[in-house]
Amino acid sequence: MLPLTTPLLIIAVLALMGWLLAPRRAIASVDGDIRRLASLPRQHGLNAVLSTIVPGVAALIGAVVAFRVSNFETGGTLAAIGVVAVAAAGLLFALARSTETFRARTSAEMWIKLLLITASSIAILTTVGIVLSMVFETSNFFSQYNWTDFFFSAEWSPNFRGDSALGILPLLWGTLYISFIALAFAVPIGLFAAIYLSEYAGRRMRSIAKPVIEILAGIPTIVYGLFALITVGPFLRDYFAQPMGFGDSASSVMTAGLVMGIMLIPFVSSLSDDIINAVPQAMRDGSYGLGATKSETIRQVIIPAALPGIVGAILLAASRAIGETMIVVLGAGAAARLSLNPFEAMTTVTVKIVSQLTGDTDFAAPETLVAFALGLTLFVITLGLNVFALYIVRKYREQYE
Amino acid sequence: MTRQSLLQVDARTAKRNAAEKRFRLYGLSAIVAAVIALVILMTSVLSSGLSAFQQTYITLELPLPEDKLDKSGVRDPAVMSKVTTLGYAKILQAGLVEQVAALGLETDLSDKDVGGMISKEASATVRDRVLANPDLIGTTLTIDVLAEGRIDGFFKGRVTMESAALDGNTSPEALMLAEQLAELGVIETKFNWAFLTAPDASDQRPEAAGLGVAILGSLYMMIVVLVLALPIGVAASIYLEEFAPKNRWTDIIEVNISNLAAVPSIVYGILGLAIFINFAQFNQSSPLVGGLVLTLMTLPTIIISTRAALKSVPPSIRDAALGVGASKMQSVFHHVLPLAAPGILTGTIIGLAQALGETAPLLLIGMVAFVREYPAAYTPDAGLFGEASTALPVQVYNWTQRADPGFVERASGAIITLLVFLLIMNAIAIYLRRRFERRW
Repeated sequence: MLPLTTPLLIIAVLALMGWLLAPRRAIASVDGDIRRLASLPRQHGLNAVLSTIVPGVAALIGAVVAFRVSNFETGGTLAAIGVVAVAAAGLLFALARSTETFRARTSAEMWIKLLLITASSIAILTTVGIVLSMVFETSNFFSQYNWTDFFFSAEWSPNFRGDSALGILPLLWGTLYISFIALAFAVPIGLFAAIYLSEYAGRRMRSIAKPVIEILAGIPTIVYGLFALITVGPFLRDYFAQPMGFGDSASSVMTAGLVMGIMLIPFVSSLSDDIINAVPQAMRDGSYGLGATKSETIRQVIIPAALPGIVGAILLAASRAIGETMIVVLGAGAAARLSLNPFEAMTTVTVKIVSQLTGDTDFAAPETLVAFALGLTLFVITLGLNVFALYIVRKYREQYE
Repeated sequence: MTRQSLLQVDARTAKRNAAEKRFRLYGLSAIVAAVIALVILMTSVLSSGLSAFQQTYITLELPLPEDKLDKSGVRDPAVMSKVTTLGYAKILQAGLVEQVAALGLETDLSDKDVGGMISKEASATVRDRVLANPDLIGTTLTIDVLAEGRIDGFFKGRVTMESAALDGNTSPEALMLAEQLAELGVIETKFNWAFLTAPDASDQRPEAAGLGVAILGSLYMMIVVLVLALPIGVAASIYLEEFAPKNRWTDIIEVNISNLAAVPSIVYGILGLAIFINFAQFNQSSPLVGGLVLTLMTLPTIIISTRAALKSVPPSIRDAALGVGASKMQSVFHHVLPLAAPGILTGTIIGLAQALGETAPLLLIGMVAFVREYPAAYTPDAGLFGEASTALPVQVYNWTQRADPGFVERASGAIITLLVFLLIMNAIAIYLRRRFERRW
């Protein structure tokens, strides 16, 4: 095992020594006449601190990862000594350079810039982590389970004693059906709300209605899930599904779709609002000048001009809907089925990821590993939608700038 | 064709005007629909959840007989702990039966059914009380104990005489007795502090379930997110906004960040499970892993808002700093960053609020587990934030999966608590924006 606390403490002590010693050395090198120094004493101190901590901590992280990857049992103390040696070397190097002509500020800022670059690379590391974590386990899954069965089989019935049918089609169908219903609610309402707010509403109305609608965006999805479970589901069952003979399940495609639609309204409306506002005023004025009414201008000038952006917004909303988890976990049910009846319980990709990865999991069984294949499929679909949508939105924005 | 007055509207204009009016109405009804949806959502949660903040208690005059609780008479907790909660349940039952008789109330209920009106949690409460203070034995203890979930439900309107008649766990007679006891002031409904402080309780006793562990777990995770996401996010934004050269590498990072912001949250859960738990072997269900996952999720939000805040600081500030001899780094850290701080803080708080409500990724890293122990922030064994815990939104999910209808009320109450926290955070963000926002 690799000790962590002791090396970190020693590095901290070394850094403190640098902070105290480097300025003294610099001042001593000019016999106390600070004016002759190229950098302020403080900068020498900062440089020494960073020269100790950055390489030291980097070496420590490297050692931790190396130990984890190759499962070393012994040699922890040796590695810790190595880490401390790296930090000490950094300190000595910085101290040796703390003299009259050394530009400590430039050197210290190089270290800071290195830290900034590292921080911004974490975004890349996250993506790499996401892809790697799923690709690795997915390939494990496909070595145990035929990939054609996964992508093209219409049966989903996992069985932990083996012999499972793990076809993604019923899950994809449920996902797309629910997303479609959600968009069928959210797009008209969101779009009309955006049109009204940007073209008709006065300042007062706008300043009240816009934040109120945006409250919907700030509510966590678990709240929507509970709303679907205790209010919308029973309501739809008692007043629509049962009287009309569509079934008697409270969790259904309709329940999840309706609630998800409510969740997406602010998303669609605020994106469309931005896009409609980006249409130049001159186009409106031209239309009014020809005698068009406001609604004619909106329908025949503004919407066509904003259409690519609105399509982009709808695609982003679709990717949200496809990746949404809690609403479908609580509102859609767990039965994998291919059916057209919107009042029947169906299930989605995200629901199955949750159900296969919670509880007792065995990371050698295809029934658990399938969740990673589902996750990767979900990731690829949403990523594709996002990239496409952002491309459309960006291209459109350039048109009027 | 007859000429018409300009003041008289012709048929075509009337039609166009009607279309205009209709269109306007569509827009207005869309907004009304959205607002109604919000109102229904809030009313539904509030109406089913507010009652979780009230709880029914029975005030017992409880004799603690020495011959049952401490036969040895030495008052040694180690010996006394041999009496299990079952033994205490019998004493509680006897106490209530005696009290009912003393008040002169007639009932057809068996002694066991009268005792059943007291929550199963109560015997543990009394036992802990006695073990902590052995001198209580032999005295009569006046104590408020939890009423059983269905009695509690009766006073909140969830359980009725009709539903009780069909329920094997209670009966109309028990409810009638409860009503009489309430008139005499023995049964009372009080504000439920335990809901906010007590740990979760098992399936059969919704009346005892509380949010203590969940709130603590969420707090730990928010600390981890704040400590990690704020510095990393700000550092990344500073680099991208102030230093990054326009090249392929920065382009890749930028596209990456905007895509990460749109990755479904459940994917982050898979990442956490594969990297932090399976690979790095951090403890399952620990706030540390939860915090790390939420940090990665929150980073894009923080980076996007920090960059906007940095961008809004005018270039003249940077130029002035450079002009008096500051280095680029000094101009950023000494001048730009302090001026952008309110915007950064606002963005961070909104990112934290998002993280607080996130559920799906936490399900995958095992935070659904049933946890009754308050997690410690640090233990030598589990490390920093390494003890198993749960979180507010996950606790809501957990309770929705339980059979007893009493848990629906608990889940809605937990949602209200969550929404109150979010409201406070957003209010702080809005206040900061109003107070410190600068227009250049």
